[in-house]
Amino acid sequence: MPTRLPYAYRYLRAKKKFPHVWCPGCGIGIVMGSIIRAIDSLGWELDEILMVSGIGCTSRMPVYVDFNTLHTTHGRALAFGTGAKMANPDLKVLAVMGDGDSMAIGGNHMIHACRRNMDITAIIVNNNNYGMTGGQFSPTTPQGAKTATTPYGMIEPDFDVCKLTEAAGANFVARGTVYHVIELDGLIKKGLSGNGFRVVEVLSPCPTNFGRANRQGDAVKMMELLRDNTVNAAQAAKLPPEKLEGKIVRGVFVNSDKTGYIERYQKLCDRVSSEVAE
Amino acid sequence: MSGVPWGETKLIQGNEAVALGALAAGIDFFAGYPITPSTEIAEILAREMPIVGKKWIQMEDEIASISAIIGGSLAGGRSMTATSGPGFSLMQEGLGYACMTEVPLVLVNVMRAGPSTGLPTQVAQGDVMQARWGTHGDHPAIVIAPADAEECFRLTIRAFNLAESFRTPVILMPDEVIGHMREKLTFPNEGDLCVTPPSAPDVPIEWYEHYHSSATGVSPMARFGTGYRFHVTGLTHDPHGFPTRRVDEVVSKMNRLKQKITRRLDMLEDNMIHDVEKSRVVVFCYGSVYRSALAAQQILAKQRKKIGIFRPVTIWPFPDRTVKELLDDKDVILVPELNQGQIIHEVERLTSDSVRVVPLHRYDGYEITPEQIVAAVQEVM
Repeated sequence: MPTRLPYAYRYLRAKKKFPHVWCPGCGIGIVMGSIIRAIDSLGWELDEILMVSGIGCTSRMPVYVDFNTLHTTHGRALAFGTGAKMANPDLKVLAVMGDGDSMAIGGNHMIHACRRNMDITAIIVNNNNYGMTGGQFSPTTPQGAKTATTPYGMIEPDFDVCKLTEAAGANFVARGTVYHVIELDGLIKKGLSGNGFRVVEVLSPCPTNFGRANRQGDAVKMMELLRDNTVNAAQAAKLPPEKLEGKIVRGVFVNSDKTGYIERYQKLCDRVSSEVAE
Repeated sequence: MSGVPWGETKLIQGNEAVALGALAAGIDFFAGYPITPSTEIAEILAREMPIVGKKWIQMEDEIASISAIIGGSLAGGRSMTATSGPGFSLMQEGLGYACMTEVPLVLVNVMRAGPSTGLPTQVAQGDVMQARWGTHGDHPAIVIAPADAEECFRLTIRAFNLAESFRTPVILMPDEVIGHMREKLTFPNEGDLCVTPPSAPDVPIEWYEHYHSSATGVSPMARFGTGYRFHVTGLTHDPHGFPTRRVDEVVSKMNRLKQKITRRLDMLEDNMIHDVEKSRVVVFCYGSVYRSALAAQQILAKQRKKIGIFRPVTIWPFPDRTVKELLDDKDVILVPELNQGQIIHEVERLTSDSVRVVPLHRYDGYEITPEQIVAAVQEVM
């Protein structure tokens, strides 16, 4: 039986592009691991995958993986991805973004990609702040939290990524964390398989900025917070409301099979070209 | 109407001619956002492209539109967007990205009066310097200004060809008068056109460098999904496309971005020159103003006054050498522009103090008339 090479040699630009830029204790590498395991279990070829990203810590991921990779401008990953997917529908387009990238500067592209049900999978790594620029608040920073730009505490309400994308029309919406990594592998695999716009929000610690500003402790302590502050959807269904107070629910919230944009556009082309031919 | 009316003569609008030029060039992907006075281009392509199985999408804004066509160009083929002033401002982000990552695309900016929302339905030439320097950082710029419907058709095809040859965005800038005017256009026969197909690398996958340094500074570009896996980033990058801060690689990238234009200026330069050699007074103009200058020349000829006309069709890169060679010994150069003075500074830069460079500005949303040019010439003669 032939020896199977470790993931590192097949999926990573292992010898060329490491070490990576992420801080010790950052969760983004775990998300990258989950993505690779999900893709490996799906048996996809490297050539048929396009990983597209915007700007930020998460958006540095494409450099490390040996797919077709596109690191774009801040917030625009889905707009670039939309063009690439339309131009070559055979590409499996995977967009990796942070919370600031996808919910603030890219918020408009996000809701419209959901509405179109564009055939792209969006992995949103939510660490509650802008890590790369030094820990400013983002649209997912919880009220009261301290960041570099909310020294007296955040007064704005935050976005719920899953509710927002569900309301905007995404085909698949799920939430996981980098603590529950086996569950995350499964969520990302589901997020990758199927049509239409698919969202996986991943809660991830930023010990360097958010954790330090809010005295949440070191990287291990922040992982424990993910363990203690979240419940999966099955558990949540059994809990009385008072026990759910302050807990974030993990799991799949939307799993529908509405026709994706690419198929609708192809049908449109078929219809109008046959009408012209008649 | 369906498709390009090859070989036929039609009464046609500038914007229609741009859309048909894009079809003639074999456009694969269009993404845009509605804006006056460019919208006809998007509308015609929305009708025509699905019939031939080409991809068309209306995005949520102009930033998304240019981002989508960059993605479309990297993963497919010939891509275009069309907009006007406010949208052009939003597209500067994507334009810079496409310059940096050397992605061919065509951006049509039908110029209206600004700043800001300005006069949405009226003409100006106020975006000339923005087209050159609008996106941040040093970057290449190829900008073409058509002056009639035939040129809207032909120069759109040329814009696609240049974008491929130079692997960079090409901006086509008709002003509103040119975009909306209807006139007679005889289309060429289908076989008579020269269209540069999208490039494909001619080396084995393991040898491929996404930014290979060839003699022209440009190398054939692979597309996503063809087996040539590569990385694209707006960060300053090495020949393989990966981010770098190494001084030699940074300087080499920046030099190549500049030199890929300067090494083949002859291919880009495109001027229309009328009676310049024998005239002491020359009108320097572009876009719709060129047509008024031609009419003014005839009116003045009847008064036995001779003027020359110099019109750059490609306005960026500016035809430095030719302007210096032909215009530096003139008495007067009149520069009529639909703005408060933009290209005039280039003419001043290239001519000696002995040459009087005289502006003629109009920025009220109306075109410069032949009579205005005649009056201005009479004043300086």
